[in-house]
Amino acid sequence: MSTHCTCIHAETCQAGPIGARSCNTCGHGSDRTSDTPVPVETVSRRCAITGALSALVVSHGVLLLLSNNNVAAAKPADQPVSRTIRWGLLVDVTKCAEGCSSCVDACREEHGWTGFGRPATDPQWIRKLFLKDRATGYAVSLPLMCQHCEFPPCVDVCPTGASFRRADGIVLVDRHICIGCRYCMMACPYNARSFVHETPNNQQPHTPRGKGCVESCTLCAHRIDRDRPLACVERCTEIGHQALLFGNLNDPRSEISQRLTIYTSVRVRPDLRTNPGVYYQGL
Amino acid sequence: MYTNVAYREIEGRSPQYFILLAAVSVFIALGLGAAYYMEHNGHHVTGMSNQIVWGMPHVFAIFLILAASGALNIASVASVFERTMYKPLARMSGLVAIASLAGGLTVLVLDLGRPDRLVVAMTTYNFKSIFAWNVFLYTGLFGIVAFYLWSMMDSRYGMRFYKSAAFATFIWRLALTTGTGSIFGFLVARDAYNSAIMAPLFIAMSFAFGKAVFILILISTCHLTGRSLGRVVLFRLQRLMGIVLAATGYFVVVQHLTNLYMAERQMVEMFVLFGGNVYSFLFWVLQIIIGTIAPLILLLYPRLGGNLGAIVLASILVVIGGFAQIYTIIIGGQAFPLSLFPGLDVSSTAFDATIGHYIPTLPEVLLGCSGIAVMVGIIVIAMTVLRFLPLSLSDSVVDPDHLHAILDQEDGAAEEEVGKK
Repeated sequence: MSTHCTCIHAETCQAGPIGARSCNTCGHGSDRTSDTPVPVETVSRRCAITGALSALVVSHGVLLLLSNNNVAAAKPADQPVSRTIRWGLLVDVTKCAEGCSSCVDACREEHGWTGFGRPATDPQWIRKLFLKDRATGYAVSLPLMCQHCEFPPCVDVCPTGASFRRADGIVLVDRHICIGCRYCMMACPYNARSFVHETPNNQQPHTPRGKGCVESCTLCAHRIDRDRPLACVERCTEIGHQALLFGNLNDPRSEISQRLTIYTSVRVRPDLRTNPGVYYQGL
Repeated sequence: MYTNVAYREIEGRSPQYFILLAAVSVFIALGLGAAYYMEHNGHHVTGMSNQIVWGMPHVFAIFLILAASGALNIASVASVFERTMYKPLARMSGLVAIASLAGGLTVLVLDLGRPDRLVVAMTTYNFKSIFAWNVFLYTGLFGIVAFYLWSMMDSRYGMRFYKSAAFATFIWRLALTTGTGSIFGFLVARDAYNSAIMAPLFIAMSFAFGKAVFILILISTCHLTGRSLGRVVLFRLQRLMGIVLAATGYFVVVQHLTNLYMAERQMVEMFVLFGGNVYSFLFWVLQIIIGTIAPLILLLYPRLGGNLGAIVLASILVVIGGFAQIYTIIIGGQAFPLSLFPGLDVSSTAFDATIGHYIPTLPEVLLGCSGIAVMVGIIVIAMTVLRFLPLSLSDSVVDPDHLHAILDQEDGAAEEEVGKK
């Protein structure tokens, strides 16, 4: 696998060379829309390569498939994401422990958005909220992050198109063309975006960050593209809470879809008709 | 009759001229230094945060952008509405518009997180964004007003385009201010904004702020360059500003009454109007009392018709009230927390459901002031090299047909003032 981002903007990327085959911030290698036609000659070349690789795989047998289980199932980097998929997240607030912030910690470690001890200006991709019904006293806690809306106001208002929605429903910021106007932060109904107020430290190769740009939860697009679980979901599952469930909302056979058909769930500010991809069960 | 008016550059040799240019240069240098300081260290050195994402630079920038389109209305009154008495002021009106817009955009660009990517903003567009449209509206205004000025100043070739340029400019400036107001009007998630009334409100605000800025610049210029300024000119400008200020007040009343009527917006309205905070102080004391009621008296009270002191004071008060109004809209609207889970008590470690905290810092104020300096600098230099202002704006020059006598009959007080003269 290449150790550098294949994006044409890689040289200008503040994070420098990116250790990923596709740039998750500008969408290169995972085209923004599934409407992008695949050139015929590319398909032909791919067919030829696939044929050769198939022979190679068969010769190595099942052992190779088992040893690279995750990678083998992931979307090839040269193929666009598909609009047949709508990635979503289900948060079971009844399982979300009040004093737990493992999902926040996992996200911070995964993407390297450690702060500088200045809460007002430090980035906050995901945060824990504590809710209490005034009338009944019913109290819960839940994580809140970018809701990856189908109709995201941040994308609508962005003057340069830096805020964009991938065909599979993930809302991202192209940090190569973000001018740092912060209009998307004004527009986001969920206060889910952060402005990078200081030169980032602890940069992670799969999450390039830059001072003066806006950022938010990427739904771990770099993991999704390699068929790995989201960092927050993985950590929540590891510690046994299992409050987070990730999956394809468009696939009726997926666990998330089946759970949503059985249990009632709500989304944040449904009145705004943004159709978020994050559902909350037990609210 | 306006064609007989003699225009002349300002001399640009007096000590005051060089002192003014030096002061402008100092403020621009301070603003550039402040911008560098903010960009080098990051915006954490400002009062802005992830809750209050737009701060003092935006207050200055939007004031100047609104003042630009408002100042242009003097020219529109002369050309589109054919009030010939304003025609000697039309060139100056166009110049103030261009200069003010340049000042506002300078501040706006230098406050960007990545001002080095200005070329990206100028070449990469998302046409669903009103911000992107504003890029066209702002840059387009430069071109249209430049053409408009040429049509006014070139009597040989330009005059034939004068009417069409005037009409296009008037429509464009209305669209521009609509776009500026819609920056807030289209924010669906914020209860303080998200209303179609933001566009007409901003248009009315631009009329008032633009007139005030224009009058202050006009009177200062006439004073510094020894040009006479007739009472009839002052009187008509005074009444015109009174009318547009009253219109602004009307839209402010409608804006807040509409929000108070809606249950979901009552919280934010109570916060801004009666919260006992800096925003309610700015609203009632600076915006309403000092910025609206007091200048309305100074502008419309019959006995003060044509009174230079009253006009200058009223213009200063309108500017102060304008800054307070924009501050209340921009900062106050952000300070009130987003409603994420209506009906539930919300708390978090990330400032949810808490009032946003904002104190402007010196670099932000210096950056904003540099926008005003840019405006003044452009005006001063342009007036030195081109003929923007008549040699005299006395009544006999501006109103040679003594139209003012007829107008004055409509107002006894003004008639009295002219009679004394």
